[in-house]
Amino acid sequence: MPIDKRVSTAAEALADVSDGATVLISGFGGAGFPNVLIHALRERGPRDLTLVVNSAVHRYSLTHELIEAGLVRKVVCTAARGHSKEPSPFERLWMDGKIELECVPQGTFAERIRAGGAGIPAFYTPVGAGTELAQGKEVRSFDGRDCLLAQAIKGDLALVRADTADRYGNLAFRYAQMNFGPVMATAAVLAVAEVRAVLDVPMPYERVQLPGFYVDRVVAA
Amino acid sequence: MQPLNRLQIAWRAAQDIGDGMLVNLGMGMPVSVADYLRPDSDVFIQSENGVIGAGPRAPPDRVDTDLVDASSRRVTLRPGASIVDSSWSFAAIRGGHIDVAILGAFEVAANGDLANWDMRLPNKGPLVGGAMDLAACARSVWVIMDHVTRRGTPRLLESCTLPLTAVRCVKRVYTDLAVIEIAPASMVVHEMLEGLGEDELRSRTGAPLIFAPDCRPLRAPPIELPAGGRA
Repeated sequence: MPIDKRVSTAAEALADVSDGATVLISGFGGAGFPNVLIHALRERGPRDLTLVVNSAVHRYSLTHELIEAGLVRKVVCTAARGHSKEPSPFERLWMDGKIELECVPQGTFAERIRAGGAGIPAFYTPVGAGTELAQGKEVRSFDGRDCLLAQAIKGDLALVRADTADRYGNLAFRYAQMNFGPVMATAAVLAVAEVRAVLDVPMPYERVQLPGFYVDRVVAA
Repeated sequence: MQPLNRLQIAWRAAQDIGDGMLVNLGMGMPVSVADYLRPDSDVFIQSENGVIGAGPRAPPDRVDTDLVDASSRRVTLRPGASIVDSSWSFAAIRGGHIDVAILGAFEVAANGDLANWDMRLPNKGPLVGGAMDLAACARSVWVIMDHVTRRGTPRLLESCTLPLTAVRCVKRVYTDLAVIEIAPASMVVHEMLEGLGEDELRSRTGAPLIFAPDCRPLRAPPIELPAGGRA
């Protein structure tokens, strides 16, 4: 059977997501949010999700829809502070003790996901040593500098936004859309990409920024 | 002479950025530094989201929502720019490839400890972003901030009271009143606002100060703040 990763709808792409899944969601600062897939995930409605997402509160991301719908048990993120005086949906649930939060420095966040997709179970980093975020972490000194042990993150599902794809799952990104997309796709059992356009022909190799074997499903959205 | 305003502080820091440097600018006051780089200095601005060589903000007719910097501003690319993914971007930061990170701060301690991520606001979630990575791993960390809080209490302290971003990382501080180097465990004043006395600066600083023998007047050209007063 020839490889063909194209599916026709976001709902079809997420038909087999189950309760308790760890979901990695790409996007940063308005670029690369897979909002069509996030919306379809809310419609499907799996519960007890762990979200691994840079920001739990970004105004251009639909991540808050999953949180408001009560589908999320825990968020692993680098930013959880809302934009306005009133607490965001996430902050309200977090302050009420209804949602768990793990706040991670952004480089450690990205590298933990990279490690998850690269077969590295854990690594040491100097980032965060001597701060509150070192609490409960194993500390070891290298070259006279304290470092913290950081464990890899793996997901059941990655939701990624890219610009174009082909039937093989090869992805190309526009500008800063890339951000966490490539590492998240490598670290998840099932990687789904929503793209502006699916090409009818194989993508020229020099355009491919994430090789298709990392990507399981692509949907135009 | 009036204390420098926020844009004048940014201007002053920009004068010290050398030719060909790779520089990261934090959210808030630091991003304004990009507007005052010396025109011939050929500086690349690295942004945590992977943009290497962010140019000026995009004019309204050229805004592209896929081209943003770490402060979520819609930007342009300068000639020679490139874009990598987040893990590569932070590998560059942790790997010591960023010459200077210019960051905002709530507090800086005499030993270079930095507090700039958590003000312990009630009813607010935490936001660490890339602050710890930059503070811990940039080759040089400069801070730009007001010398005292809005209530008039010092931000330069013997030790920080707010949660730390990284330990012993700040090399230099630019404020509205002075330019201060963090020498091992002491603060050395290299520039001070004209008309301000040494004792007056000491009274607004919560840690001992040493005045460099060649301490110069702190100067900046007039720059007006945009309407609303905040840069």
